[in-house]
Amino acid sequence: MSDTVIKVEHLSKLYRLGEVGTGTISHDLNRWFARIRGKEDPFSKLGESNDRTKKGSSEYVWALQDINFEIKRGSVVGIIGRNGAGKSTLLKILSRTTAPTKGNIKIKGRVASLLEVGTVFHPELTGRENIYLNGTILGMRRKEIDRKLDEIVDFAGVERYVDTPVKRYSSGMYVRLAFAVAAHLESEIMIVDEVLAVGDLEFQKKCFGYMNKINESHAKTLLIVSHQLNVIKSLCKESILMANGTLQKFDTTDKVLTEYLYTNKSSSSWVRTEKYDNKYFDLMELELQNEDGEPTTIFTGMDNIVLSVELNVKQLVPELIVGFAIYAEDGTLIFWATNKDEKVENWAELSSGKCRLKFVIPSRFLNESSYFIEFFAAIHYREWIINPDGTAPRVDFEIKGDLSDSPNWQAKRPGIMAPLIKSTIIN
Amino acid sequence: MNAPDIDIEQQQWDLVIKPKTGLFEINFKDVWSYRDLLVLLVRRDFVAMYKQTILGPIWFVLQPILTTLTYILVFTGIAKIGTDDVPPLVFYMAGITMWNYYSECLTRTSTVFKDNSNIFGKVYFPRLIMPLSIVVSNLVKLGIQFGLFLVFWAYYLIAKGNVHPNLYMLLTPYLVILLGLLGLGCGMVISALTTKYRDLALLLTFAIQLLMYATPVIYPMSGVNPKYRWIVLANPMSSIVETFRYAFVGKGTFSWGLLAYSTVFTLVVLIGGTLIFNKVEKNFMDTV
Repeated sequence: MSDTVIKVEHLSKLYRLGEVGTGTISHDLNRWFARIRGKEDPFSKLGESNDRTKKGSSEYVWALQDINFEIKRGSVVGIIGRNGAGKSTLLKILSRTTAPTKGNIKIKGRVASLLEVGTVFHPELTGRENIYLNGTILGMRRKEIDRKLDEIVDFAGVERYVDTPVKRYSSGMYVRLAFAVAAHLESEIMIVDEVLAVGDLEFQKKCFGYMNKINESHAKTLLIVSHQLNVIKSLCKESILMANGTLQKFDTTDKVLTEYLYTNKSSSSWVRTEKYDNKYFDLMELELQNEDGEPTTIFTGMDNIVLSVELNVKQLVPELIVGFAIYAEDGTLIFWATNKDEKVENWAELSSGKCRLKFVIPSRFLNESSYFIEFFAAIHYREWIINPDGTAPRVDFEIKGDLSDSPNWQAKRPGIMAPLIKSTIIN
Repeated sequence: MNAPDIDIEQQQWDLVIKPKTGLFEINFKDVWSYRDLLVLLVRRDFVAMYKQTILGPIWFVLQPILTTLTYILVFTGIAKIGTDDVPPLVFYMAGITMWNYYSECLTRTSTVFKDNSNIFGKVYFPRLIMPLSIVVSNLVKLGIQFGLFLVFWAYYLIAKGNVHPNLYMLLTPYLVILLGLLGLGCGMVISALTTKYRDLALLLTFAIQLLMYATPVIYPMSGVNPKYRWIVLANPMSSIVETFRYAFVGKGTFSWGLLAYSTVFTLVVLIGGTLIFNKVEKNFMDTV
C-alpha cells in the first residue's frame, strides 16, 4: 500500500481579471455555446502564465498551471515562492474555498487549514461559545470539542477570559484562541499559512514547539506556507518551490532554498525595470562596487562593500527615506539601514532630479558566505514605497577569505557575521 | 505490469477535489455531518441578537404592530379596502406575520454569499448550512410575532367573539414549513444570480414589495377583481397566507387544490435553488 495522502494531478486554475460587469453575460453565452459544440473554453486559450512583472494582454490568467505532486503521510512540506507565485491559490483549492479549473487533488484523511481562522469569531459571543462555533465550522463534532475544551483553553492561555465576549480580547488573545482551536482538530493533514507570524514571542515558541512535536511524531502531514525561510528550513525536510503558477522544484528543503535564492541571482547590478517607478522617484541603478567604483559581486573580508544607488527624484518630500535590507543566504534578515540613520546633520539628503548615493558596508564585518541586498524606500512612518518583502530590487554578493589578519583566524568561522572585536587588557 | 497501477487507482481517497461537479452532485452526507454547526449558527444569531441591543427582541414585537397600525390607517381608514368583516387588527397581523417570515428568509438567503464572503473565503464547510441556519433562526422571530398575533387574536376571540377559528389551524406548522422552504428556495436562486450579475440585488427589494401586493396580505382574496384573480392565484404565497387566515378567523377561502399547488411549487423552487446554489458555491469566491 502506498502512503500517499495528497495527490495533486494536473491542477490548473484560471482567474478572470478586471471588472466583472458588462460583457459577462455575453461571455457566458459564448462559453456555453462553445461547450455545447464540444469545443474548448474560448476564453481560457487567451490565458497566459501568471507573471506579474509583465502586464498581461488577456483578462484571463492562469494562477496555477499543471501542478503535479504527491505528499507522503507524516511528511512536513514547505511551500515557498514569491508573491503571486500561486501559493495561496494552491492553498485555497486544498482547503476547498475555491475549485480548480482543471485537474484534481486526492486526499486521504481530514484536512484542517489554519488560514486566519479567527475571522469566523463572532465578537459578541464568549470565548467558549466561539470555540464551539469555530470548531464546528472546521468540521469538529460537538462531543469532540467537549473533550478538548480544556486543552484548547489551556493552549491559548485564556482560562480567565473564557466566558468573556471575544470583543474584549486583545488581538493576541484572539489569534491564540483561533490557532488553538484549529490545532486541536483531529486531522491527518494540516495546512498552515503564515500563522507563526502572529502572536507574541512566547506564543510563537509554543506554536513552534507544537509543530515540532507533530514533526517528530509523524502523526500528521503538514503543509506550511511561509515567507520566513528560516521557519521553513527548521521545520520542513522537503519543500516545494512555486513560480509564476508552476511548480518549479520539489526536493529537499536545502536544495529548494538554494534554487529559490539563486533563481534571480543576477550580476553585481540590478537590471532596471519600470516596475518600481513611483510618484516620488524612479530607481535608475542599483549596483555593488568596490572602493574604486568597479562593479563586482565577490569581495574579501578586507573590502568595504559599496552599494551605489541612482535615483531620478521627481517629487522631493522630506519624509522620504531610502535604504537597504541585507539577508544571509537562507533568507535570514541581518539588518536594515537607511540614509537617515545618523544624526540629522549627517543625513544623506536627496535632491531633485538625478541623484546618486552610496552606502558602505564596512570590512571585517560579515562572514565568509553569500548574502543578498534588497533596496527599499518609504515615507517615514506612513507608507512603504518599495517594501523589502522578497519582491524589492535585489543584488547578490559573496565574501571569500581574508576575514582577519590574525594567524589564528584563517578559515571560515560559524555564524552569520564575523566582525573584528577588539580585546584589551584593563589591568 | 498493470496490476499495481490499478491497485493504486483503487485506493480509498477520502476526498477528491475536482473542477465544478455535475449539477446533481450534492453531498447531503456532508451537510448532515455538519449539523452541529447549524445548531451553533442558529444559537449565534440568537445570542448576538439579544446581546447587541436592548431593543433587539422588542423591535420584533414593535415592527409588526407599527406595520399593522399603518395598514389600518392607510388601507382601512383612507383607501377603504375591506377586510371581509374581520377585525382589521387581526386581519393585517395574520398576513404580516406570515409574510415577514417569508420575506426575511428570502432576503437574508439571497445575500448569503455577500454577507459571509469572509468566512466562505477562509474555510470550507457545506455552504448549504448557511441558508438553512437563516431559515431556522428566523423561526425564533416568527415565534415571537406569532405569539403577539395570538394575544390579539385571543382578545377578539374571547372578548368580542367575532373571529371563528377552525380545525384548519392544525395546518399551521405545515404552512410555516412551506413558507420557510419557499423563502429558502427563492433566496438560493437569487443568491446564485446576484453573485454573477450584481445589479439584480438592487431589484430585489422592489420585487419583494411587488410580490407582497400580489399576495392577499393587505386585502382579502374575495376582494380581488376577477380579471386579475389569476395573478394572485398563481402566486404560491397566496394560498399559504389565505389558509392561515382562514384557519384562525374563519373568513376567506380555502382550497386543498391551491395548497397542493403551493406545495409543488415550493418543492420545485427548493430543488432548483439547491442545485443552482450548489453549483455557484464552488467558484463564487473568484467572482465576489
